Amino acid sequence: MLLSQFLVLAAALFAFGIYGLLVRRNMVLILLSVELMLNAVNINLIAFESVLVSSEAIGQVFAIFVITVAAAEVGIGLAIVLMIFRNRKSANVDDLSLMRW
Amino acid sequence: MVASLSALYNLAILAAEDVSEEVLAGDGGWWADTAGIMLILPFVAFALILIFGKKLKHKGGEIAVAALAINLVWATVLLLMNANGGVLDQTTFEIGRIGSGLVFELGWVVDGLSILMFFLVNFVGLLVFVYALGYMKGDVRVDWFFAAFSLFAGAMLILVGAPNLVQLIIGWEGVGLASYFLIGFYWEDITNVKAGNKAFLTNKVADVGLILGAILVGVAVGSWDFGAIDFAAFEGAPELAAVASVGGLLLFLGAIGKSAQFPFHIWLPDAMAGPTPVSALMHAATMVTAGVYLMARMFPLFQYLAQNVRIVMIVIGTITLFGIGLLAIVADDIKKVLAYSTVSQLGYMMTAIAAGGYTAGMFHLLTHATFKALLFLGAGSVIHSVHSNNMSDMGGLRKFMPTTYWTWIVGALALSGIGLSGFWSKDEILAVMGEKGLSIVLWISIAGAFVTAFYMARATSLIFFGTYKGEGTPHESPRILTVPLVILAVPAALAGFLNIPGLSIPGLGNVTEWLAVRLVPMGDPHAVAINFGLAGIGLGVAILGAVVGWLIYHPDAETQLERDSFEIPVLYPLLRRKYYIDDLALGIVAFVKGPLARFVDWTNTYVLDGIVNGVGGLVKGLGVFVYDTLDQRGVDGVFNGLSAATDGAGSVVRRWQSGRIQQYAASFVAGVLILVALFVFVI
Amino acid sequence: MTFVDWVSAPVNWAFTIIGLAVLVSGFRVVTANNVVHAALYLVGALAGTAGLFLMLSAEFVAWVLVLVYIGAVIVLFLFGIMITRAPTGLDEGLSSDHKVLPAVLALAMFLMMAWASLDAFGAQVIASTGEPVPTEILGEALLGRFLIPFEIVSFVLLAALIGGITLARRDLSPAEEEERSAV
Repeated sequence: MLLSQFLVLAAALFAFGIYGLLVRRNMVLILLSVELMLNAVNINLIAFESVLVSSEAIGQVFAIFVITVAAAEVGIGLAIVLMIFRNRKSANVDDLSLMRW
Repeated sequence: MVASLSALYNLAILAAEDVSEEVLAGDGGWWADTAGIMLILPFVAFALILIFGKKLKHKGGEIAVAALAINLVWATVLLLMNANGGVLDQTTFEIGRIGSGLVFELGWVVDGLSILMFFLVNFVGLLVFVYALGYMKGDVRVDWFFAAFSLFAGAMLILVGAPNLVQLIIGWEGVGLASYFLIGFYWEDITNVKAGNKAFLTNKVADVGLILGAILVGVAVGSWDFGAIDFAAFEGAPELAAVASVGGLLLFLGAIGKSAQFPFHIWLPDAMAGPTPVSALMHAATMVTAGVYLMARMFPLFQYLAQNVRIVMIVIGTITLFGIGLLAIVADDIKKVLAYSTVSQLGYMMTAIAAGGYTAGMFHLLTHATFKALLFLGAGSVIHSVHSNNMSDMGGLRKFMPTTYWTWIVGALALSGIGLSGFWSKDEILAVMGEKGLSIVLWISIAGAFVTAFYMARATSLIFFGTYKGEGTPHESPRILTVPLVILAVPAALAGFLNIPGLSIPGLGNVTEWLAVRLVPMGDPHAVAINFGLAGIGLGVAILGAVVGWLIYHPDAETQLERDSFEIPVLYPLLRRKYYIDDLALGIVAFVKGPLARFVDWTNTYVLDGIVNGVGGLVKGLGVFVYDTLDQRGVDGVFNGLSAATDGAGSVVRRWQSGRIQQYAASFVAGVLILVALFVFVI
Repeated sequence: MTFVDWVSAPVNWAFTIIGLAVLVSGFRVVTANNVVHAALYLVGALAGTAGLFLMLSAEFVAWVLVLVYIGAVIVLFLFGIMITRAPTGLDEGLSSDHKVLPAVLALAMFLMMAWASLDAFGAQVIASTGEPVPTEILGEALLGRFLIPFEIVSFVLLAALIGGITLARRDLSPAEEEERSAV
């Protein structure tokens, strides 16, 4: 196995995530895209870990941290989406262009 | 998979066989070896009450009482053994280890400090439980109340019996959890739920300090065992010395959260939402004393290494003992008067321990536990009969409730430091401060004694004298409520004799000897002889406070009738709003903004105005010059041109501010790409 | 390592299959016109990722991924979808109409990262031992060297928990509040 094959795969997933982030209108789907990007990061961490083989499995530890933080992010993100939905009856980012002149 | 299974086996075997036992001087024999039963019984009671409670006559209350009664046997025997020669023993079971170094153990430590706390928790706990049998009769969810109450006592015993910081944290969190259940016991009322949340979250914030401090100290020493930490501190181990200040400060943060010291005191008055027996137990023996206990348990760390943290502790303690005590003067809710008084007394203990008076602080904890439990149970008895917490609904109860009245008087005198137990312990704290040369702190403490006596005189007068202002006819409480009061009144009156300097009661010794039974010397500066000067001043100030309080709130005095109009202009509004600390704590923003804004306002009013006026005059002269000579002659034109340019640029740029997040994100990604390209190809 | 070497290793066949599955699912996550389908495709992508982790001898992380993501986070997402009443059927309006710029940006990002990876690690070989890294090592790292980050992350989770509750629960109107406190 080559290291780069994993890295390229992760890059592709990351690019998909960016595409989704920029194109999707529904906020839940945007969050899904963010998850995809975080997942790509995890692949990178694990792949590098298997090359460097640190005695403390640092790459894997950080992958676990990323997963934890991602879980927290989903929780807060969905709560925010929920609140916005409740107040504005819509989960579309297009309807949220309040931050402007 | 195989590996993890065998690890489980190892754990089971370890728990069964590898009972490591450190035998130390005067090991207490069978009683100390089995002392762990005190840590387990309340939890057994908890489970039994949940299972069988509903079917029993007292809804499980008898199980809770029985558990603590058995516990009290052990605690009493150990206390007597400790008084006659000392008991020092530790039994631990290894639960697991991290790597090869840090061992995680559960067990119990039996030494002077923990025995005192065992006795206190079980003694006060038992009386409060018996009291609760009568108090909670016919209330909702009584079985759940007693279950949570047992949990409360059990968690506290886990905490005080902990041989290491890890178990202490387990008990610590258990106490917090049980208090959350009990404060929000009447959850039908949303304010009680909010009070529970406030207590829990305030404590949680402080707990982060405790956990981080425990990690720091444990990793530095290589063990969480208190004995190991004590020795490391005693020997001045360099790895512990390196982290002692930070670790000590973090641990202290945890302690002031649990002990409701300034500025974490905000949760305690709200915690009065729980049933009164809960308040009594919480204020006397469990919960709030945990912080003081932690400081006493970790005392060698502060004594030998973290000297600089003690300054912080003294400052916080002094602010608390005086500032929060003042709040009790304006409270109308009888339980809040007592709550603020507790916070203030805990400030005394913290300050004493910080000043090096390990014994003085713990002795005050002991006496305070007895008289504060007495006062709270007395308040509960009054509330039980008046059906109101407000002192404005009481008055004249002396004639209706003689037993409650007389026991209350005992408690009030003890708390005020007039003659009874509180006098002796408070005097020792003053003596320690005097000996350490902390004269400012000493005078503030004496002023605090005045305040204490003042608000107790006020409360006594409002509750028991004058005419009854509430509804219905009050009556003396049933015997099951008054008997614990009478029993508690005995130690509240006499506990002071347990530690009169130089006096050693035959068969009991004194508290100084009890508490000296620790692994390393505590270096107690406690005076051998009574400091008659300070004692006299303390007593005189306390009597003065009581007299002044009585004169102002005397039932015949006009001021009691219209006591709302008796106000010290600036102070009282400030106190009514509790120094605005609760308001500040409502949000971090407010917390930062408030004082800052006020400071800025102050500088604005007093400093800047002067400067501004001076500078203003100068500038005005300059302005006249500039206007007349420069401005009018053509600069205007330039500025008009510039503003037109700005206007035009704005109308172009504002199109970019679309408010569409994804456009921003796209710009962000493009920016990242450009930056990466720059780094890769150019630099 | 020549192409022949690469192809002849069976583990690379597995990688190709799983990788393709991950890519296709990942692509469908961002293009599906049905919200529920998008979430389910994310499950596919994550499951494939877990498979990749297993190939990279990160057994523990793989199962954590399965448990936490597929088990919990996706369920949370499905709840989010249900509660916000996003159209669960086909819906063309899920994506905006301006697709070209995002596509160009994403492609540029991909090319940039792929180029950087190949340039730096093009020939680096992963010596696959097939043995999973013992969980013990991870545990010791988490409770040893990374103990404080571990505590902090757990505190972040707690904060997120409380924050989530605070944000998501409906504030009672004053009238309702009074009603509740009266009970």
